[in-house]
Amino acid sequence: MIELAGVSRTFRTRSGDIEALRGIDLTVAEGEFLAVIGRSGCGKSTLLRLLAGLLPPTDGTVLVGGTAVTRPRRDVALMFQRPALLPWRSVLANVLLPVEMHGGRRAPHRERACQLLDAVGLAGFHKRLPHELSGGMQQRVALCRALIQQPKVLLMDEPFSALDALTREELAGQLQQVHMDVKPTTVFVTHSIQEAVLLADRVAVLSERPGRVRHVLTVDIPRPRSFGRNAHLADVATCVAELTDLLHDTDAPTPMHIT
Amino acid sequence: MALPAAGATAAVGLWWGTTVIFGIRSFFLPAPPDIIASFRAQPAYLLRETWATLTETLLGFGIGVAAGLAIAMMLTAWRAVERATFPLLVALNSIPKVAVAPLLVVWLGYGPKPKIVLVVLICFFPIVVSTVAGLTSTPADLGELARSLSASWWQGYFKVRLPWALPQVFVGLKLGVSLAVIGAVVAEISSPNQGLGAVIVLSGSSLDTPLAFAAIVLLALLSIVLFYLIVALERLLLPWARAISA
Ligand SMILES: Nc1ncnc2c1ncn2[C@@H]1O[C@H](COP(=O)(O)OP(=O)(O)O)[C@@H](O)[C@H]1O
Ligand SMILES: [Mg+2]
Repeated sequence: MIELAGVSRTFRTRSGDIEALRGIDLTVAEGEFLAVIGRSGCGKSTLLRLLAGLLPPTDGTVLVGGTAVTRPRRDVALMFQRPALLPWRSVLANVLLPVEMHGGRRAPHRERACQLLDAVGLAGFHKRLPHELSGGMQQRVALCRALIQQPKVLLMDEPFSALDALTREELAGQLQQVHMDVKPTTVFVTHSIQEAVLLADRVAVLSERPGRVRHVLTVDIPRPRSFGRNAHLADVATCVAELTDLLHDTDAPTPMHIT
Repeated sequence: MALPAAGATAAVGLWWGTTVIFGIRSFFLPAPPDIIASFRAQPAYLLRETWATLTETLLGFGIGVAAGLAIAMMLTAWRAVERATFPLLVALNSIPKVAVAPLLVVWLGYGPKPKIVLVVLICFFPIVVSTVAGLTSTPADLGELARSLSASWWQGYFKVRLPWALPQVFVGLKLGVSLAVIGAVVAEISSPNQGLGAVIVLSGSSLDTPLAFAAIVLLALLSIVLFYLIVALERLLLPWARAISA
């Protein structure tokens, strides 16, 4: 579904060039859940923006569904770290925004929007304004907005990182459910090793800047998975330990930055 | 609500007390009852002049708002135009517009025209400046959202940028309406043939200080009522605005 071949991205700034990504090769199969993990500033958001068609690569090819990505596509949905809801629109109207932007009529999608909201526990909140909701609830609205157009690809940039620990776990559980139900191909950027192991089929670990794929770990634990006590604690611990080592590994060929 | 009322009552009490205790004469500083008496001596006249000031203010403010919003939207439609003209606007905004009041009389005569024009001039710039500020402060993530949804320029403008700017537009309206009243009065003082500004000029030449105070009280009321009408409109239309500014 997604193919990245030799993808690099360099930003030209006044204070010199910043090489954010170098030579990324990655493929994500249809319906697969790929987590991307790495230090801040290693180019994770840049990677997603390349996939979303918000940014062209300086080198290499980015294919989604077999065609080169040149601009944002309707079947690719994006979810950010912040909910980015329109504060003057009700929860329901926010969820229906993509339908409107794509020139569709809202009425036929209204029922689906309500179902999505109900599924993430926002049944009584359709008419509320975003500021009346907690951060976790707002992020759930953003999730529903991403899902309203039934995207083939779901791109998520640290979507839970601004939330408290309990809310994160709850939302990660709901995302797992959504993924099991509708199976969008998902690329999920996160800082949290636990989240990656809970959700992903594979975890790509990026090196420090310039971001390169250091390793791709397959998480072979049956779903549904859970954070708490479960039958696969040993497997979870192995994956977590391996990812922790990879993230803290300083022997890897990345330049040291002394500032 | 109770505290400001108590504060206002205390201030009026202090003023009244001072005039009584020090025996200040009414043509120098009238006590509140003198002002009420002055109003009751000729209510029809004072209300007619209030009405004159109100219509000048509202006409000028209406034109200023329409022109201000239109210009701000045109300026921000193109990034380059905005960058080229915004500093000029800020500079023009800092000119004290009331200084041209006598010139307007020369150019436009003694009727309501120079008054309305001064009101337009004085409330136009703050409305443009705050609207432009609002239209150029769209958060990056909302911009990116619009782009990721392949929103057209029009959709981005009318569904995201413009609504986002509305709280700032109201900042401009609130500033503008207070200035509009000032503009009307200054214009009336420089060609005193109608309005509360004219009442103040006439009462000054006949040393009728209570009448001047009655006019000033009416002006203050006018200004306060107009200001809070806009505040009420904002609360009604933009219940979300205070949540973002917090
Ligand atoms: N538009 C841009 N212009 C210049 N530099 C950028 C831009 N976007 C990102 N960068 C730089 O690229 C690097 C990677 O950024 P980003 O992809 O946001 O990292 P991450 O999401 O992993 O924290 C950072 O050093 C950042 O400063
Ligand atoms: Mg990032």
